[in-house]
Amino acid sequence: MIHELIDLYKIFFRIGLFSIGGGYVMFPMLRREMVEDRAWISDEELLDYYAIAQATPGIIAINTATFVGFKRRGVWGAFAATAGMVTPSLIIITIIAIFFSRLQDNPVVQRAFRGIRVAVAVLLSFTVVSLMKKTVRGALAVMISAGAFLGITWAGFSPIPILLSAAVLGILTGIAGRKKSAETIGADGDGAK
Amino acid sequence: MSLITIFAVFFRIGLFTIGGGLAAIPLLREELVGGGWVTGSEFIDMLAVSQSTPGPIGINMATYAGFKSASFLGSLSATAGMVAPSLIIIILIARFMSHFADHPVVRSILSGVRPAAIGLIAAAAWFVLSNSVFLMEWFPGFGWFDVRAFGLFLVLAFAYWKTKTYPVYYILAGGLAGVFLF
Repeated sequence: MIHELIDLYKIFFRIGLFSIGGGYVMFPMLRREMVEDRAWISDEELLDYYAIAQATPGIIAINTATFVGFKRRGVWGAFAATAGMVTPSLIIITIIAIFFSRLQDNPVVQRAFRGIRVAVAVLLSFTVVSLMKKTVRGALAVMISAGAFLGITWAGFSPIPILLSAAVLGILTGIAGRKKSAETIGADGDGAK
Repeated sequence: MSLITIFAVFFRIGLFTIGGGLAAIPLLREELVGGGWVTGSEFIDMLAVSQSTPGPIGINMATYAGFKSASFLGSLSATAGMVAPSLIIIILIARFMSHFADHPVVRSILSGVRPAAIGLIAAAAWFVLSNSVFLMEWFPGFGWFDVRAFGLFLVLAFAYWKTKTYPVYYILAGGLAGVFLF
């Protein structure tokens, strides 16, 4: 029990430490640590947590950490994961607040950040492709993914109405599917790899 | 400013932040600048530091503002306040899910929401790409992309495709390459 709490703290400390330039890079790292390396949760569960984290109050990264921690080790797991996620911020920001509050003006730091953004773009692109291959089944699921993508990038919607519409579509196809007992869209949460 | 006030203010910000750290910025501005904690230009500096340091932006902002008003204990209370709503709400939802995960309605909802979540991640990928390689707001026009960034993208993508090593190494490699390349 204690060992796994320490593991959760360490994993989320690492994720917090390398979540540079926005929380986006958290997803590829979390997927690697939780799904691919340890098989603690499935791709489907991770997507569920991410979707719920977007649509509920709070910072997405913290919501996701709380979810994963709770899934592994209940309330204490949730606390361990969240504490791990915020510790690097506490340390680094405190140091910056004391010593150099104009760090972002440093040209070397700015160049490093441009490179990091490219790396994050690579990681996210691979994550999207691999998730599409593993969990998106059926024409309707592809359309929902494409719709959500265009809704954000092209129409400028916020994630919440998009996720709510997807939930309604899910219920409607669920009802239609049970009527003709056809297979549901998307994947079942059985952790298929 | 008392530690309890700091906790309460950030609890409120955490509770009303829905849909990402960027959504928290107007709220933070209202509370911190409006409440007289920091000046407008200090706020801009804090935002720049929070965006260019590791960790979620909202947590970085909370830590910074807490530190400015009550030193290290201030940053602890601000961060604790910011994450407390998440802990409470998500634990309640996770409890509910562990009982009802196999309910047909919950399954139908999730079967619709999962592909949408992938779409959101794809949008995040696009957002980062358009800020690093393509350098434009939404959809690509012609000839408006950073050749060196595109080259770095191809090299890193090839390396990742071949090795699949830890994401952390790519972040470090990207940062290092950026210093010499740009």
